Amino acid sequence: MTILTNKADKIDRLAELTQSSEAVTGTSLWREAFRRMRSSKMAIIGAAIIAAFVLVAIVGPMLAPHGPTAQNWRSEVFPNQGKFVGMRGENWFGLDHLGRDMFSRWLVGARQTLLVGVVSMLIGLIIGAAVGILSGAAATLGGKVGQRVDTVIMRVTDIMLSLPSLLLAVSIAAVLGQSLTTVMIAVGVVQIPIFARLLRGSMLVQGGADYVLAAKAVGIRRKRIVLTQILPNSLSPVIVQATLSLATAIIEAAALSYLGLGNPDPAVPEWGVMLSQAQRFFDNEPMMAAYPAIGIIITALGFTLLGEAMREALDPKLRG
Amino acid sequence: MLRLVVRRLLQLIPTLLGLSVLLFLWLNRLPGGPASAILGERATEAEVARINRALGLDEPVHVQYWRFLKRIFELDLGTSVQTGQPVWDEFTRAFPATVELSVAAILIAVVLGIPMGYLAAKHRGGWLDVASVSGSLLGICIPVFFLAVLLRGIFSVQLQWFPSQGRLDSGLNATDVTGFAVLDGLLTGEFDASWNAIMHLILPAVALASIPLAVIVRMTRASVLEVLGEDYIRTAESKGLDKRVVRGRHVLRNALLPVITAVGLLTGSLLSGAVLTESVFDFGGLGSFIRTAIDGRDYPVLVGFILFIAMVYVIINLLVDLAYSIIDPRVRVH
Repeated sequence: MTILTNKADKIDRLAELTQSSEAVTGTSLWREAFRRMRSSKMAIIGAAIIAAFVLVAIVGPMLAPHGPTAQNWRSEVFPNQGKFVGMRGENWFGLDHLGRDMFSRWLVGARQTLLVGVVSMLIGLIIGAAVGILSGAAATLGGKVGQRVDTVIMRVTDIMLSLPSLLLAVSIAAVLGQSLTTVMIAVGVVQIPIFARLLRGSMLVQGGADYVLAAKAVGIRRKRIVLTQILPNSLSPVIVQATLSLATAIIEAAALSYLGLGNPDPAVPEWGVMLSQAQRFFDNEPMMAAYPAIGIIITALGFTLLGEAMREALDPKLRG
Repeated sequence: MLRLVVRRLLQLIPTLLGLSVLLFLWLNRLPGGPASAILGERATEAEVARINRALGLDEPVHVQYWRFLKRIFELDLGTSVQTGQPVWDEFTRAFPATVELSVAAILIAVVLGIPMGYLAAKHRGGWLDVASVSGSLLGICIPVFFLAVLLRGIFSVQLQWFPSQGRLDSGLNATDVTGFAVLDGLLTGEFDASWNAIMHLILPAVALASIPLAVIVRMTRASVLEVLGEDYIRTAESKGLDKRVVRGRHVLRNALLPVITAVGLLTGSLLSGAVLTESVFDFGGLGSFIRTAIDGRDYPVLVGFILFIAMVYVIINLLVDLAYSIIDPRVRVH
């Protein structure tokens, strides 16, 4: 137990999951996990939600009956008065305060939300993984100098982990200004230390395995050992974390939008932005906020369910 | 015990130093530097140079950093660009509200979460288990600010059971002693003020409690399940110990160890959640204050806030570690 434990501990616990069940079952870790996941309700529901969401995000905007900024002034729309035209024939979700078709905006918003989630997760994953590989490789095969490098890198990630993630994102977003890119970078950067620590941890676990010793003994170059032996075997916790991160990313992006740091462009509505705009009218027209909110909640739930199911499927402690 | 405290305190130094370096770099890498953050984008070069000289930004980096550090030690976090007040004073004024809100949220989360997690584990697979597990998953997935808006919309705007904003009714003339509204009422005997403050506290606290509650339920459940499978529980049961003794002394005492750590460390997420809930309810704590700072790009306040939060977070970490060593004697040895 050192300070800064919680997040770090959780990450380390996940990292240990690479200790595969090969010795026990003889089948590969992932095949075994997949078999277990097929019988898990959580995994199936999660996967179904994600599939539906991705489908809506890809196909939806093409099928949207109206443009996301097309306004309809004919009817009972009063700009900015919070008058909301409820569901009716051509406008399934009604019109918003500016007379725009909510359903079309919701469909386009699905794509933006997926984009924000995936890109920010990838920012965290790619940079974090690079840092993690460096740190993990240095620690396992780098000798004394390597261990020092590893210590320094891990200290820095510890510091980043010691900050509440939303506040870190806010401070980044505050510097970069209001835009979609800002949200993605801010949410992504927050994930970097998580992925770094995770991959390093699972590489350390793998680094002590017999096959690494064998590879060293037959004289394979260190770089090659890291890239072809240790790394592929260390990836499973990273995949679990990536799934869970998608949920966090979507929620945090919404929070940033609420704090006024989201994408201001009305042509690319994102659920978080839609939700924070609908906030003003909530007391009179709660449905306006409900559509994007339900979108966010269900999607985040889908990724969380799948991620948790994968974690459980990979955890040897729960096997039996 | 003393050695443990000292060692933990020493471990804080590199963390806080590292953090100060990061923040210092961050502040210096602002687009256009602090000068244009203060003056706005249309500042002339002469003005920028003047501000830079005034702030000492034309000196070498290590000199600047040293001064930055010295100021932190003197608790001088700079002056808010918006209000012109020292950041530290603003924090200490707003902090009690946030503490009150966070404590209320943690209380709700612990009081509901531990029994729920315990019962869920005890009746694994039953409806209670399914309900609390899915409820806690949902709790993690609802954006906190939306929950806050939802609760406010339903319980204060529609049903009018609770006040919709602030910490006290404006007509109420409550004496301010400690800054903690509920406590003040109790201390001065103005019980109606306390009650009023509690009513104001409930909705934001429930919204803020959603994530900690979810985490505590899940942790308690997982931890109780693990302990229930241990040999010593079987031993205790088979030697005929009273069920209540087994439950209290064997199961709960062991299962709650990780939960306590989690509770302490949830403060971080509480503080970010507080930023969101407080601004929905216009609660007037650090959260509301920071919301204004974000809107106004008030960098001294933001930097000060992050540093302040990090310090609070680190200190709570320390307290959690110490609490842990009291409950689990094994930790003390190392």
